[in-house]
Amino acid sequence: MTTDINSTALAVFIFFFVLVTVLGFVASRWRKPETLAHIDEWGLGGRSFGTWITWFLVGGDFYTAYTVIAVPALVYTVGAYGFFALPYTIIVYPFVFMVMPVLWKRASDFGYVTAGDVVHGQYGSRGLELAVAATGVIATMPYIALQLVGMTAVLKALGLHGELPLAIAFIVLALYTYSAGLRAPALIAFVKDIMIYIVVIAAVALIPSKLGGYANVFASADAAFQVKGKGDLLLDSSQYVAYATLALGSALAAFMYPHTLTGIFASNSGKTIRKNAIMLPAYTLLLGLLALLGYMGHAANLQLDSANDVVPALFKTLFSGWFSGFAFAAIAIGALVPAAVMSIGAANLFTRNFWKAYVNPDVSDAGEAKVAKITSLVVKVGALLVILFLPTQFALDLQLLGGIWILQTLPALVFGLYTNWFRAPGLLAGWFVGFFGGTFLVWDAGWKPLHLISLGGEPFTVYTGLLALAANIAVAVAVNAIVPARSTVQA
Amino acid sequence: MEKTYSKAALWLLVIPYIGLLWPPFYNIREPALFGFPFFYWYQLLWVPITAALTWIAYRSTRHDD
Repeated sequence: MTTDINSTALAVFIFFFVLVTVLGFVASRWRKPETLAHIDEWGLGGRSFGTWITWFLVGGDFYTAYTVIAVPALVYTVGAYGFFALPYTIIVYPFVFMVMPVLWKRASDFGYVTAGDVVHGQYGSRGLELAVAATGVIATMPYIALQLVGMTAVLKALGLHGELPLAIAFIVLALYTYSAGLRAPALIAFVKDIMIYIVVIAAVALIPSKLGGYANVFASADAAFQVKGKGDLLLDSSQYVAYATLALGSALAAFMYPHTLTGIFASNSGKTIRKNAIMLPAYTLLLGLLALLGYMGHAANLQLDSANDVVPALFKTLFSGWFSGFAFAAIAIGALVPAAVMSIGAANLFTRNFWKAYVNPDVSDAGEAKVAKITSLVVKVGALLVILFLPTQFALDLQLLGGIWILQTLPALVFGLYTNWFRAPGLLAGWFVGFFGGTFLVWDAGWKPLHLISLGGEPFTVYTGLLALAANIAVAVAVNAIVPARSTVQA
Repeated sequence: MEKTYSKAALWLLVIPYIGLLWPPFYNIREPALFGFPFFYWYQLLWVPITAALTWIAYRSTRHDD
């Protein structure tokens, strides 16, 4: 791979980057509310987003730049196993269809902004609220950092080395998010998603013809795996349980994150969310096709320093300068939308469930918005520092743990929508066991999210997040059955 | 009657979980389609199928929110 800068690609890249920056700042006037100095406006876009805006926003925020880089990279390295992202992003939608409109209604009826608000409203427990809110924030931080990893991969392919370009992009993002709130990523998501659709459709239509068709793409990948002795076009029978549990666990965790919940709470009705559960799978189709770029990397005989370079290297090798510039811009902008929504989601949690709960309970609406805006800046600078000064592996390990952590908030957040049987002590005990037990199992397995289980017969591996969730629920049920109802403090 | 129908439609949403969470069922190469081994096109096919099932469930849901 050459490192010199292709000026056409760079010019196209800069053009689109400047375009979305302008959009980001203009967004504060888009669907202008009476005031932006209210957390409902800054942090949830006024809860007014209809079907299309929600589709672009949630799509742009759930399918992140890291996904675009990391899923093909995993498929490039391990083959079929990396495809668990496909069943994961299919079965997530029936769950969204059933659960999220109910959660939206609860939030909308009581003016809740975060998962912490919902839990506090249901159980009246500051402890459980804090557990849920803190889990949300620490699961999100490394996720934001990983958006920077995605962005670094394309900046590198453009020939922009060093930390300055990354820092500039992120500071620009921080500024317009500060001024426009959720309206900024919502508006940018339109541009970003359309660009990504164009890139992926062009890639899956044109690249195989340059590489001798899909049959040849699969055959080349198969041959490459044989030579390496690692990876396969099909699953090994020992991977079945891991594949299925990773897909299911990830699907249950996906909409527990602050950034995805923010997209849900910002929509204008339950009907909007149900319609989106039908329409969002369009992005899943895109993701599945994108994953195949990993195999195309083998067919194109790419020599890579890191598997994360497979997508950028493929575009650079097979497409003209202007189109690769366009593709890189799409991926880099693809990092900005989720990073913005994640920082807003984390800022909402901090403001509502920490600042308002402990520091200043009488904070005004304008004061809340102010705290949230400043927190969103701090969160983004924090993520930038993590990427600049800590090894990338650290962010990767934390993000992996983040998925397991966030899944432990599911019982507290979701069960209360359907039953009043659970109370705070049981759910808090369950969360504690799931959170720390899950962390221990991941650490014990050498920072791998899979745990080996042997039930007499052939041992198999299971996604640790799902194991921890099972323990979480079991403990919650047991403690709830034992602790008498009267001991629950009513707020 | 109306109510029963709507509940029944929601059960359709269980089908994708059955179709996708049992990998031994689709972990095979043949029959290939357009060069895609079965493993790949089978899972991709579940995207439109799931969207269609969700659409049917949507049509039988009352949207009073």
